[in-house]
Amino acid sequence: MPLLRGRGLIVAPTLVHAHDLTVEYGGTTILDRVSLSVTRGEIVTIVGPNGSGKSTLIRAILGGVTPGRGWVEKPRGLKIGYVPQRLVLDPTLPMTVERFLSLPRRVSKARAQDALERAGVPGIGKRQMSVLSGGQFQRALLARALLETPDLLILDEATAGLDQPGSAAFYRRIEEVRAETGCGVLMISHDLHVVMSASDRVVCLNGHVCCEGTPDVVAAAPDYRRLFGEGTKGALALYRHTHDHSHGHDHGHAHHEPADRDAAE
Amino acid sequence: MILDDFMTRAALAGIGTALAAAPLGCFVVWRRMAYFGDATAHAAILGVALSLALSLPVFAGALVVALVMATAVSLISGRGYAMDTLLGVMAHSALAIGLVGVSFLSNVRIDIMAYLFGDILSVSRVDLAVIWGGALLVLALIGWRWSALLTATLNPDLARAAGVDPKREQLVLTLALALVVAVAIKVVGVLLITALLIIPAATIRPFATTPERMGILAALVGMASAFGGLRASYSFDAPTGPTIVCVAALLFLLSTVVSGLRRSA
Repeated sequence: MPLLRGRGLIVAPTLVHAHDLTVEYGGTTILDRVSLSVTRGEIVTIVGPNGSGKSTLIRAILGGVTPGRGWVEKPRGLKIGYVPQRLVLDPTLPMTVERFLSLPRRVSKARAQDALERAGVPGIGKRQMSVLSGGQFQRALLARALLETPDLLILDEATAGLDQPGSAAFYRRIEEVRAETGCGVLMISHDLHVVMSASDRVVCLNGHVCCEGTPDVVAAAPDYRRLFGEGTKGALALYRHTHDHSHGHDHGHAHHEPADRDAAE
Repeated sequence: MILDDFMTRAALAGIGTALAAAPLGCFVVWRRMAYFGDATAHAAILGVALSLALSLPVFAGALVVALVMATAVSLISGRGYAMDTLLGVMAHSALAIGLVGVSFLSNVRIDIMAYLFGDILSVSRVDLAVIWGGALLVLALIGWRWSALLTATLNPDLARAAGVDPKREQLVLTLALALVVAVAIKVVGVLLITALLIIPAATIRPFATTPERMGILAALVGMASAFGGLRASYSFDAPTGPTIVCVAALLFLLSTVVSGLRRSA
């Protein structure tokens, strides 16, 4: 079991642990002492308004952003399946779905077909990535992320562009995978219904961790309600949210215009 | 023997250069690095001046300066500078300094045109060995890193999640580019090297379904351009380097027309 090969710092079931991450871009604090961990078999969802540092946190965990303070612990040889929010293919790059599934490690045709079937998009292997619909594209991304039976699945708003039934099916698939393989799942989601029904733990992020816990606990937390409105009925509240609240507690940092942070995300 | 004929040597030199330049050129096109190729190539003339001043092999001087330039550009890119402006400054400064430098070398009588536009007909056996050695090295490098390079080209975070370091792959491309520039100086000269990189890749794009096919077909187009250009320059008594690029441009035109007709049919 690869997890036991960690350097002793990590207790066996923990897949990733971020300690006190602080990330700044040009004087703007994107993440302020954010800690987060995901254990095997757990679905953790990050919620937060636009510009709250969700994507930056994911990138820091993947290693694409070097934190000014804090660090990320991952067991050696941790297999990560990653589904980005969107993937823009340069029009000059020809790429069939089948070829895409074999990046960076080649998989057999049979495995590629099987993966597409299980993702709900059988028979698209020969098509160009550029002609897929939004839903097919996201499913192809998921199929690729699942090919190597990852220990940790990271989804950055993976259902953006899917309709309601499509995204429900997508998340059912994620839960199946978790049940089958026991992998951990870390995802960003804007769909509060999904968050509340499918997550084991919710982390509410707004530059710092506002609150975290089981969906019930988070839904009842005053900070969460301030960010997303009363209850989870108002999923729209998320999009209407104007980020002008002030927290009652002392964080020692100013809140910035969301637009600034959007640029950094 | 067969290498005694200057036309044979020229043909082999052109084919060897195109063989390495075209697949590398695919990455230059996919990653939108055309400017990068130009800057590296222009800087090479400074390397030529330095090698002549220090009585070193031109290939070595061009390689070192191209490598320094390519690395500098790699490091600067992605740091929020206005790339095209900065590259314009660096590329043309290097070119100008190189030209001025060469003019001060009163003890050597050299034809600067040979380095600006190539002098393929004067390729010696040693040149041929250097060109093919460099070309094979570039091909081996790209072949070895192919999948990792593709993944990093698609999306840096996707690469990181799969255990591929995008910065390392960028370095591989930088090295390959410097090698191609150093190899191609004798064949088409610093001003036209980017053409050998980009035109074959762009020509074949409409007919390629996977990145691999595009790389291989681009190499064929490149070799055909080199060979055709050499024959045409012999028939019409035209300068060889520019004629090679003219043939490549004709093929591009043909490809655009054919793919346009195919689409409208």
